Amino acid sequence: MMKSSRPVGIVGYGAYVPRYRLPAQEVSDLWTDGNAGLPVREKSVNGLDEDVATMSIEAARNALRRAAVSPEQLGAVWVGSESHPYAVKPTSTIVAEAIGATPYTQAADWQFACKAGTEAFQAAIGFVAGGMAQYAMAIGMDAAQGRPGDALEYTAGAGGAAYILGPAEDAIAEVEGSLSYVTDTPDFWRRQYEKFPEHAGRFTGEPAYFNHVISAARQLMDEMAVSAKDFNHFVCHQPNAKFPLKAGADLGFNPQQMKTGLLVNEIGNTYAGSCMIGLTAILDVAQPGERILVTSFGSGAGSDAFAIRMLRKSETPGVTSTQGYIQRRKVIDYAMYSRLKGHYKLN
Amino acid sequence: MEVARYWRANRQRYQLVGEVCPNCQGKIFPPRDVCPVCEKEAKTPFTFSGHGEVYSYSTVYQAADGYEQATPYTVAMIRLAEGPLISAQLTDVDESDVKIGMPVEMVTRALREDGERGMIVYGYKFRPVMAVA
Repeated sequence: MMKSSRPVGIVGYGAYVPRYRLPAQEVSDLWTDGNAGLPVREKSVNGLDEDVATMSIEAARNALRRAAVSPEQLGAVWVGSESHPYAVKPTSTIVAEAIGATPYTQAADWQFACKAGTEAFQAAIGFVAGGMAQYAMAIGMDAAQGRPGDALEYTAGAGGAAYILGPAEDAIAEVEGSLSYVTDTPDFWRRQYEKFPEHAGRFTGEPAYFNHVISAARQLMDEMAVSAKDFNHFVCHQPNAKFPLKAGADLGFNPQQMKTGLLVNEIGNTYAGSCMIGLTAILDVAQPGERILVTSFGSGAGSDAFAIRMLRKSETPGVTSTQGYIQRRKVIDYAMYSRLKGHYKLN
Repeated sequence: MEVARYWRANRQRYQLVGEVCPNCQGKIFPPRDVCPVCEKEAKTPFTFSGHGEVYSYSTVYQAADGYEQATPYTVAMIRLAEGPLISAQLTDVDESDVKIGMPVEMVTRALREDGERGMIVYGYKFRPVMAVA
């Protein structure tokens, strides 16, 4: 378990979900005559003018408003994603410039499939605890790709969240402890120059997702000498509606503990943003003293687990809540979806 | 594409940073270093709130080069809360829902890209003010 010598917490946070929703039924109708089972109800889709940079900027602005921290105070702006707009050219400098954090800040892009965001979160705890920065921003955001007709096309969504980590005395929630668990497990990958990722089918379940999520969460609880009943909320990576509920049940959590952070049926799998935006939905409503267990999963593979305790209720007027973004929705059909994903070549 | 030209305008395009006139306190956008009202030198940076309302608008069906993917899209004149009138694309709104006087807020979005190999240009657009709930 990792426990910082200087108490660190979440000072501010912000969510972002784009406006468009593709019902999974649209994908099933086109590719299987409607015969495929639906892993989620619908997924979020980024607009033509949206990418990981623009979505991160809005989430970061929301986090700054909640934190009441000036952007110049951010010692780091880190963006975790598997869909950075450029292969070479940092997203983080675009975000840092747009929120006013440049030039005296650390900026970097993080990559670890769906746990790139929590990886940045984990590092930000250390950056603040070590005194390298008073405040550090960690973002998990994706505009995920799924090959047309592939199982991932039903779920690969868009959105995520930004967090500002800082001293616990300034925080709304304290990080009680954290843990990372990684192995070389090739369940999902995208080779350089390839547009869509590949996955190892059913292999992505037991040896990859369940092993890492359950091992990380269980080990953290064991080392903290706590169990599922000590937490009010559990949120983990959400590749579909079934996996997180099964992982949670194996760890001893009941559906009520998982309800608030489980967003996959409404927004799909937001990859590096998945459990991070699940956590913002919890922070929007959690009461002081409530405890939250967060566990990410990134293919390749690994999980980061965090035990978080609410210190005070987050109440910032003028900032859109996670559910506010989810309820802003425009349903699109597969033709519009193809356009938004750039499937049509005009020239 | 002129990388340097876009780079110079990063702050005004990403954050809506203009100027305030130290003489008459008028807010200036885009920045031009001379106050258009009192004609005195005005170089003090000023970050606009990003709030405003639709002054007028039109829908584009025949797009300029680089904007074909987005047609039809709506461009508008926005009266910023601090006074200046600027032109910008609207986003996250159906054309049938746009009204003169509609409150809008600035968002930073991708404006265009220089083909598959070129740079992506980011800048301000406006959308209907989000519900806060």
